[in-house]
Amino acid sequence: MAAKKKLGLKQRYNLMTRGLDWETSYQPMDKVFPEATFEGIKIKDWDKWQDPFRLTMDSYWKFQAEKERKLYAVLDSFAQNNGQLGLSDPRYVNTVKLFLTGVSPLEYQAHRGFAHAGRQMPGVGPRIAAQMQSLDELRHAQTQIHTISHYNKYFDGLHEFRHMHDRVWYLSVPKSFFDDARTSGPFEYMIAIGFAFEYVLTNLLFVPFMSGAAYNGDLATVTFGFSAQSDESRHMTLGIEVIKFLLEQDPDNLPIVQKWVDKWFWRGYKVLTLVAMMMDYMLPKRIMSWKEAWEIYFTQAGGALFEDLARYGIRPPKYADVATAECDHVAHQNWSIFYQYTHAAAFHTWLPNSEEMDWLSEKYPESFDKHYRPRYEQWARMEADGNRFYNNALPQLCTTCQIPMGYTEPGDPTTIAFRTSEHKGDIYHFCSDGCKDIFDGEPEKYSQSWLPVHQIFQGNCGGADVEDVLKWYNMNLGADNLDQNVSPDQELWDEWQRQRAAVSSVAAE
Amino acid sequence: MGVVALKPGYEDQVEIRDRLENFHGNQLVYLHWEEHLMFCAALAFPFPPDMPFGAIIGEIIPTFYGMHPDFEKIDWGQVRWTVDGKEITPDPEKSLADNGVRHKSLIRFWTPGLTGVNGVPTV
Repeated sequence: MAAKKKLGLKQRYNLMTRGLDWETSYQPMDKVFPEATFEGIKIKDWDKWQDPFRLTMDSYWKFQAEKERKLYAVLDSFAQNNGQLGLSDPRYVNTVKLFLTGVSPLEYQAHRGFAHAGRQMPGVGPRIAAQMQSLDELRHAQTQIHTISHYNKYFDGLHEFRHMHDRVWYLSVPKSFFDDARTSGPFEYMIAIGFAFEYVLTNLLFVPFMSGAAYNGDLATVTFGFSAQSDESRHMTLGIEVIKFLLEQDPDNLPIVQKWVDKWFWRGYKVLTLVAMMMDYMLPKRIMSWKEAWEIYFTQAGGALFEDLARYGIRPPKYADVATAECDHVAHQNWSIFYQYTHAAAFHTWLPNSEEMDWLSEKYPESFDKHYRPRYEQWARMEADGNRFYNNALPQLCTTCQIPMGYTEPGDPTTIAFRTSEHKGDIYHFCSDGCKDIFDGEPEKYSQSWLPVHQIFQGNCGGADVEDVLKWYNMNLGADNLDQNVSPDQELWDEWQRQRAAVSSVAAE
Repeated sequence: MGVVALKPGYEDQVEIRDRLENFHGNQLVYLHWEEHLMFCAALAFPFPPDMPFGAIIGEIIPTFYGMHPDFEKIDWGQVRWTVDGKEITPDPEKSLADNGVRHKSLIRFWTPGLTGVNGVPTV
């Protein structure tokens, strides 16, 4: 008897993903999928959904299990060989802290978001894709936590990442970004995270972090980056498929989708400005400047993308030109914010040394020497006099992005940009036209923003003194916060170096 | 365009989080010293509405901006003020409210002749 032929990939995919659902009879379909229509998106034919990966659940498990085995083998060996000793400099660990506290909880949020969006999609194609992405995101959260848990044994600020994500003032920036997406309808969520973040902006997050890790001796982080990479390409494909599908289904979808593209480009960009300061200030060995990364990954890659999408009537995101022009300033402005509020942060900051300032001058010839070098020189004088600069009042926050309003007027780097709107008798403040437009589009939503500074003043954050608030954050005062130069992290690192020097001098004798 | 929401009547159920009543008798006030961007953003405070405007000049500004080298050189008679974009000449004896400062108002002030360390406004 001849053995039965194996099914072809396409056949197999169809059998395992299609025709598994049914028209419900006890409940009308619109009750089963209650979120499918309220956003105004019109879908005529869900079968038009293309899934270029044709991945089935059984192969998915097999691939992922293989990747996991490799990842955990590398992590074990990193731990056994004291991989932390191979880092370029202990300042590097602060980028890991920012990643674990700021980004890893978003992976978990993405897991929940895709699970929810998938459940609410009446079409089976996007449902399958969203299900797999949901599982990927959960895996990413786990692998990142495992990777970084090794650093937690030696360095401060990592011990309460989950608790801090819900409370700490600057972590409200990435948190509110994802809360905003997850409280949208399923189609907006898919455009927000699937398209705008995963497709348009993700390279600006992952490439700098992973290359930065490679340049600075952090093999553990490089490994989880690699492990996530094949998932990321699937996510990007889902993102582009979503937008094309929505635009092909009905011309009425175009203005809705355009509004979301504009909104989520700007929301995502504001979150990514944290990466800008990481690239320009926090990596002891630099890879490229934020301005260079933006040119490659947004201006060029994004330019080609939006040319391709123009046939659907989509134009490039509103204020993309503003984001490009801000490249000369945004990293310096963000580092200045964190430098002066580092007493309230769970990572350390420092002043760039003269070599680093020269690098910044070279990368930012239009802006650094004129506007930012003099600032750092003043702060260095204050530090030398024993008055390291800390801002002792709380900053005004933007209602939309929740970042301190430290950004300047387009074209005038010497004047802070202030934008306001009135809603039901109250004033709301914004850092930019982009953030103001987003508020004006949905004032009901953003009038509910949990702004950390205002919450402190309302008495909801452990007390009135900064110290009470930091305790409510579960921060270890004097260890997690303050300048790198006075940190236990630095002290421990210096001690390791002394021990190594002693061992190698004995060996030399 | 109306509110896009899943729940009917959502608009009426919104609880505005930063209503004046939530600040225990205080109001939010933002203060910003122009052309001294070493201070990265405007500062936020919960002030009682009956606090005299003079307390901003006499107590708040010295406490929070006093470390700047330009602070000692400020000629208070020359300072230019705006509240929510409107030029004002504050009466230091009168309350914030009487000087036009309401909940979530932004007070900006310029110190003529002083534009940051060595004249660099970003410092």
